Amino acid sequence: MSVLNSFIGELTAGKIRVVDLTQTLSPEFPQISLPPEMGQAWPFRIEEVSRYDERGPAWYWNNFSCGEHTGTHFDAPIHWVSGKDLPNNATDSIPPQRFIGPACVLDCSREAAADADFLLTVKWIKGWEKKHGRIPPRAWVLMRTDWSKRSADPVGYQNYDETGQHTPGPDTDAVKFLVGERDLLGFGTESIGTDAGQAQHLRPPYPCHYYMHGAGRYGLQCLTNLDQLPPTGAVVVAAPLKIRNGSGSPLRVLALMESK
Amino acid sequence: MLETPKRKNPVLRTRLPTLPPAARSRVALGLTAAAALGRFELQQCRDCGTVQYPPREACQQCLSVHLPWNPQPAEGELLSSTVLHHSNDLFFRERLPWRLGLVRLDCGPTVVAHLHGGVPPAPARVRAAARLDRAGQAVLVALPEKETSNMADDRQLREFTCDPKFRKVLVTDGKTVAGQAIVKALAKAGAELIWVGHAEPWKRSPGFDELNKMSQVTLLPLDVTDSKNVREVAAQIGGKVDILVNNAEHHRAFGIGNRPGVETARAEMDVNYFGLLRLAQEFGPAMRLRGADGLASAVAWVNVLSIYALANFPPHGTFSASKAAAHSLAQCLRAEMRPAGVRVVNVFPGPIDDEWNQLLPPPKVAAAGLANAIVDALRDGVEDVYPGDVAQEWLERWRDNPKALERELSL
Repeated sequence: MSVLNSFIGELTAGKIRVVDLTQTLSPEFPQISLPPEMGQAWPFRIEEVSRYDERGPAWYWNNFSCGEHTGTHFDAPIHWVSGKDLPNNATDSIPPQRFIGPACVLDCSREAAADADFLLTVKWIKGWEKKHGRIPPRAWVLMRTDWSKRSADPVGYQNYDETGQHTPGPDTDAVKFLVGERDLLGFGTESIGTDAGQAQHLRPPYPCHYYMHGAGRYGLQCLTNLDQLPPTGAVVVAAPLKIRNGSGSPLRVLALMESK
Repeated sequence: MLETPKRKNPVLRTRLPTLPPAARSRVALGLTAAAALGRFELQQCRDCGTVQYPPREACQQCLSVHLPWNPQPAEGELLSSTVLHHSNDLFFRERLPWRLGLVRLDCGPTVVAHLHGGVPPAPARVRAAARLDRAGQAVLVALPEKETSNMADDRQLREFTCDPKFRKVLVTDGKTVAGQAIVKALAKAGAELIWVGHAEPWKRSPGFDELNKMSQVTLLPLDVTDSKNVREVAAQIGGKVDILVNNAEHHRAFGIGNRPGVETARAEMDVNYFGLLRLAQEFGPAMRLRGADGLASAVAWVNVLSIYALANFPPHGTFSASKAAAHSLAQCLRAEMRPAGVRVVNVFPGPIDDEWNQLLPPPKVAAAGLANAIVDALRDGVEDVYPGDVAQEWLERWRDNPKALERELSL
């Protein structure tokens, strides 16, 4: 039996479980907010074209609009200035096999619950590796914070105060370590950015964007259901829309895992 | 003085709106044009100086056709009065008895006017005013010579005004300084209930929490760029809104050349133009059905536009364009709301003293000034309001010569 045949066999038999890591695209889902004088990403908006009515008697359909970085979305290296000149750095030119990779799920939910500004460190990652093994090359490293559980409450999910957003993310050294010493495929988070909410004050500002994209790696954000994944052993499929020269795109992120 | 209206009897049918006679000659619309601005103007012959009413094509004294509309002193003498107990006109039939009088204006003509309840029997000194009626046409009203307390509560006068007292109001954006001032002014004016919209709830805005402490206020997530949200909010409260104040606004200070791309301009259009369209489609129908719903009927729709809607102010060029689009749509809305007697009030403020006008020199319109202008317009039955010195000055320049104003603004 070929590998793919046996894969389909296991899937049909329910031995492989598919977990949806995607938030539903809806107008209520909060969008990334920049200072008001800057350009802004569009939130998700939807307008009805017809619904079995005089605008189209037998069919229902909508037009929707959103930014490349709306909802659960993929960041391509061209998104950041550090990755602008790399080859194959946009949604249409990234080799498609890169959209599939093993997942390492780093459970920081306890830390994030205690401290919204929690920063993932090299020490923390090495501690995880002691328990779960070394992060393999070309893996999706997913930072589980359970932040997605706040998404029904836009205020709590965005978590702004007078000094800006407070959401967890990696610190500068952790990003450098994952890129330089673990050769990851990309970094994924449950909050609205791959960087922490206060990452504009790190050096360099937004280190995850800066180093990850500067090294041709990818980002996933606004993920959900990471709590359903094992620390290792799941496979993530994350293929962005094929937008010419796109800096990212909303997408459906699926994880495949073996059922217990 | 008006008592708080009783709760509506839900067993009885809500009567459909009727309108007073609306037909006017083109010449007679001169009275409406002035009344829409809250002015009392009558035809005055340029050749012999005679002031005349009703409006005619020629001077009744010398047959001259040069009859400009000039502001006139509004004082006069009530000669006689009568009370209508019968009318074949549906609008008045439902509002009988109705008091009318004959007033000799100090400026000349003797006119038939609707009488305020506070006007004593003839002979008496009165103040005349041109007021828009429910059909949107100007009629003459005679008020007591001196302001009395609770004058606005008069049953007949209330047919010509959109007094917020006892009414339920939706203010679409409570996050701006202007929005907060509008909410406070409406509360002071006696609005029974004020729904206050706020978009992007995760962004805190100074002063917003204070609104939540007001007993009349109910906060409501409302984003006029989200059709689904507008539809749901209208489904929730649309049948209760008597006055809708659309102050939601997106404003950035750019022209064409100093901001690449269309994103900012599109955001302005999405809030300032499409936002109005979404609100009008969702809230319009229910308000139209409630144009005659008792003492606290649906009565007015207020659009906060900008004086830049009249002529483009190039430093805020794309904002001006979005407000011009909104103004045009507001005219359409006015036409569609008029059969229900719901007045569309367009407010054209000069630059408001807010973040996005930071670099403009004074005079700027204070938020409270804008709010009071809106409440005054509702109480006085005015349709077009130009708050602030800049707006007043631009309006006069624009009425005098729109092309000249265009050139002056482009210097």
